[in-house]
Amino acid sequence: MKLEAKNVNFFYGDFHALKDINMQIDSNSVTAFIGPSGCGKSTFLRLFNRMNDLIDGTHLDGECIVGDQNIYDKSVSVDELRTTVGMVFQKPNPFPKSIFENVAYGLRVNGVNDKKIIIETVEKSLKQAALWEEVKDKLKKSAFELSGGQQQRLCIARALAISPSVLLMDEPASALDPISTSKIEELIFQLKHDYTVVIVTHNMQQAARVSDKTGFFMLGELIEFNDTKKIFLNPDKEQTQNYITGRFG
Amino acid sequence: MQHNKFTGKRANQALFFTLFRLMSYLVVGILFCIIGFIVIRGIGVINWEFLTTAPKDGMTKGGIFPAIVGTFYLVIGSMIVAFPIGVMSGIYMNEYATNKHIVRVIRVMTNNLGGIPSIVFGLFGMSLFVNKLHFGDSLLAGSFTLGLLALPLIIRVTEEALKAIPDTYRQGSLALGATKLTTIRKVILPAAFPNVMTGLILSIGRVSGETAPILFTAAAYFLPHLPTSVFDQVMALPYHLYVIATSGTDLEATRPMAYGTAIVLIAIVLIMNLLANVVRRRFSK
Repeated sequence: MKLEAKNVNFFYGDFHALKDINMQIDSNSVTAFIGPSGCGKSTFLRLFNRMNDLIDGTHLDGECIVGDQNIYDKSVSVDELRTTVGMVFQKPNPFPKSIFENVAYGLRVNGVNDKKIIIETVEKSLKQAALWEEVKDKLKKSAFELSGGQQQRLCIARALAISPSVLLMDEPASALDPISTSKIEELIFQLKHDYTVVIVTHNMQQAARVSDKTGFFMLGELIEFNDTKKIFLNPDKEQTQNYITGRFG
Repeated sequence: MQHNKFTGKRANQALFFTLFRLMSYLVVGILFCIIGFIVIRGIGVINWEFLTTAPKDGMTKGGIFPAIVGTFYLVIGSMIVAFPIGVMSGIYMNEYATNKHIVRVIRVMTNNLGGIPSIVFGLFGMSLFVNKLHFGDSLLAGSFTLGLLALPLIIRVTEEALKAIPDTYRQGSLALGATKLTTIRKVILPAAFPNVMTGLILSIGRVSGETAPILFTAAAYFLPHLPTSVFDQVMALPYHLYVIATSGTDLEATRPMAYGTAIVLIAIVLIMNLLANVVRRRFSK
């Protein structure tokens, strides 16, 4: 499913966090957002599943389009939007439940009660998230018994279980060790066959490795958005060049 | 010179540390004094008969069974009244209310409610539940009155318990398309459950020891039988203690009974407090 932002301006109270952003994201691709802390990339990401709605005093101008629907239209049900646009957070946030129940949760709350379907989907999702082999014998154990990297893959499995079309990932590997990180990256690479993946990252090598396109944000503006190769080898803007070569930020 | 100055400082420090330490030991000492005093005087009457039979011979003999049962009923009744109201308003305050001023007003009012002397609750309960609503002097009226008393504690504990749940749980659930209500029911409340239970148990401890709220609303001086409906009066441990300590037919003869009653009452409260600790520790590993 493709995503689009049209003339997006976003405010936290009086603070102008996103300035006039236009972007088109292709379906079945991996798009990375990079930029210094506070540049608005996570805010922009969270617009697409309306997580910013949870913050008081925010305000959006412009349109965010998922598929062909402006998701800020009054007729849109936020709960249903979030079953189409899944999210993985910066810190692994499994629920204080068993491994199985964590993955089954999204199904249950969306009205799936058939035990067989739930069992099958949990297994399929854990396999997709490359976690099945590690947890298949302890599905009833608490999710907190897993390592940080496993927990994050569990959260990915949890998001995949409700078969979204889009997967938003907000620095999904920033709290993980290098081995877990590379597992997550491999996973992201696999996922783009079935999903549109958008990932926010502080790690530029990561963006270079996993993404097809990269957007560079600074001070609430989208400075440059292009093929990842182009951004990292020959960016159009000097600011981008400075950032990726580590001259600031 | 230097040397003296330093040692002088150290001596000063040591003096105050000792003082603080003594004061905290003193608190423990006082608790043990009270318990020891009561146990020594009352342990003699504690036996199976004391716990399982009704008072006899002008309360100089027999046991306190009806008072134990009455207190048990009152505790259950007051929790049925207070627990749903308290938990639901706690949920509202922490999960739903967006207007911080309203939350603050509710919180201040809740704390004020908690600060009202318990005899005033008794008076209010008498005029509203006993008279106005025609519950009469009854288990029902007593339960409502004690419920009001327990409400602030339950609200506060619920709010604290919910506040301790990380926001990442809420976000995780909402991001999977769960509604807010589902999130609260399936993720937040189960996670907050141990702490909410702790609050419930603490308020049981509080409620079971209260005399004033049931004085005019539920408590009977003496009943030959156990209550059979919610409109019956009940005997209750704290009130029974008051009665046999002050207005028995033969105060000297009932004195050990009073201490025995006190032991049972203290035991209930202590057990409840310990239980609260156990629950909290067991679930929040």
